[in-house]
Amino acid sequence: MLVEVDNLRVSFATPGGMEHAVRGVSLTLGQEKLGIVGESGSGKSLTARAILRLLPSAAQVAADRLTFDGIDILTAREPVMRRVRGKRAGLILQDPKYSLNPVMTIGHQIAEAWRVHKGGSRRLAAQAAADLLQQVRIRDPQRVAALYPHELSGGMGQRAMIAMMLAPDPELLIADEPTSALDATVQAEILRLIDDLVSRRGMGLILISHDLPLVSHFCDRVMVMYAGRVLERLPASQLARARHPYTRGLLDCLPSLVHPRRQLATLARDPAWLTA
Amino acid sequence: MTPPMIEVEQLRVRFGETEAVGGVSFTVPRGDSFGIVGESGSGKSTVLRALSGLNPNWTGRMSMDGMALGPTRDKRFFRRVQMVFQDPYGSLHPRQTVDRALSEPLLVHGIGDVESHILQALAEVALPDSVRFRYPHQLSGGQRQRVAIARALMAEPEVLLLDEPTSALDVSVQAEVLNLLADLQRRRSLTYVLVSHNLAVVAHLCPIVGVMQGGEMVEQITSDDLRAGRTRHPHTAELRALSVELEDPEEVVGRVS
Repeated sequence: MLVEVDNLRVSFATPGGMEHAVRGVSLTLGQEKLGIVGESGSGKSLTARAILRLLPSAAQVAADRLTFDGIDILTAREPVMRRVRGKRAGLILQDPKYSLNPVMTIGHQIAEAWRVHKGGSRRLAAQAAADLLQQVRIRDPQRVAALYPHELSGGMGQRAMIAMMLAPDPELLIADEPTSALDATVQAEILRLIDDLVSRRGMGLILISHDLPLVSHFCDRVMVMYAGRVLERLPASQLARARHPYTRGLLDCLPSLVHPRRQLATLARDPAWLTA
Repeated sequence: MTPPMIEVEQLRVRFGETEAVGGVSFTVPRGDSFGIVGESGSGKSTVLRALSGLNPNWTGRMSMDGMALGPTRDKRFFRRVQMVFQDPYGSLHPRQTVDRALSEPLLVHGIGDVESHILQALAEVALPDSVRFRYPHQLSGGQRQRVAIARALMAEPEVLLLDEPTSALDVSVQAEVLNLLADLQRRRSLTYVLVSHNLAVVAHLCPIVGVMQGGEMVEQITSDDLRAGRTRHPHTAELRALSVELEDPEEVVGRVS
């Protein structure tokens, strides 16, 4: 197994006492696509970041087991973690505007990522950068490599981000709301691209989103989180047969183009879900 | 015959050399909703900003309730037309309480009895009285958007311009805000112009939808025709196919590509 998480807990000390943001989440991931779905505050991003030990320093993390390819994340020394992050596991965030360096050309940034992990001359790295840009289906890679992030559209920026993450040939890709800032058409293109690259390179993918139908469209399995817990796990193809009232509620409150409703269903939150 | 609430004819907006909106026309009858969909850069928000008076650099003709609109607007216009933005965190003053945000429109328009107006406004958007003296950062995203809607309603406008009002919200909160907007419209006979990239959201609130691409409104279509797939322009068909595909992974209808 690439990732094994057993009974993960993440808490924060607040003036009002301990805030338990993730409360006993378990998951395993191989060469497959797992979707984690939940609303803001459900703990989905914290769960994924815990795997890379990228939590804020105020976070207190505990787990019965938390491993990446056998490496114990809880006790690994920082140099070991640095080789995991970036090289073996890539992270794609929501808005490329904030993840790219604004004063460095796209080509230089990708080349830098490539050289850090693979070494080699600047010329070789520049060639590799252009090649990676082509792999994320940028039509004119030489031209785009010379541009700065502000000269790119949102979709192009996210492609460049993905190209950079692919540079060290990672085994795991964590995509945290990778397309929430993008248009529907671009969103579909980016997700198809991630889907295609993950399948072709045999990577594991954790796709985090609040959009349940979208996630189930691109993943093998879906995990639904609420208030720091996993409420339901199901194969993506079985989404229509979800049983938990929370999952059903998330599906029912979406306005539908094909099945119009006069009044949208709203989610009645059962306090029992907090302890279920 | 009463004139339409909003009439836009051959609206053009330029930013330097680029024409962001190139000749858009539509009308919205009083008490009705008109939706505008399109991708980023299609010009949909630019149309709304020109209509709201936020951008005076436009040509063409726009009128409200039969009266022609000029490039700059007076106070009476802003009493009748209000706008709600995508991100309530950006549109509410971070150092002002909800009470202050809601009382300002009353002061500006010289409306008295601040106390009862604020309590009534909070009740109307289903917020508890307890949020009245909180700051925006002490509210959830859904509560903040309710405050933004309440603030827009303080001056008792007849027209609400809505720019992606739910796209920063969780889907469960989106449903609540959409229901609220539908209720308010019925109760107050408001006229809406709603801009969104989400076809399902637009079709839910608006019986007529204008589809924008590259600064032009390439098609105006009824929501019923849009739902049924009776589209005329390929871009409308493309947007619809994407929306349907993600909505219903198991039954892909009218799929393009």
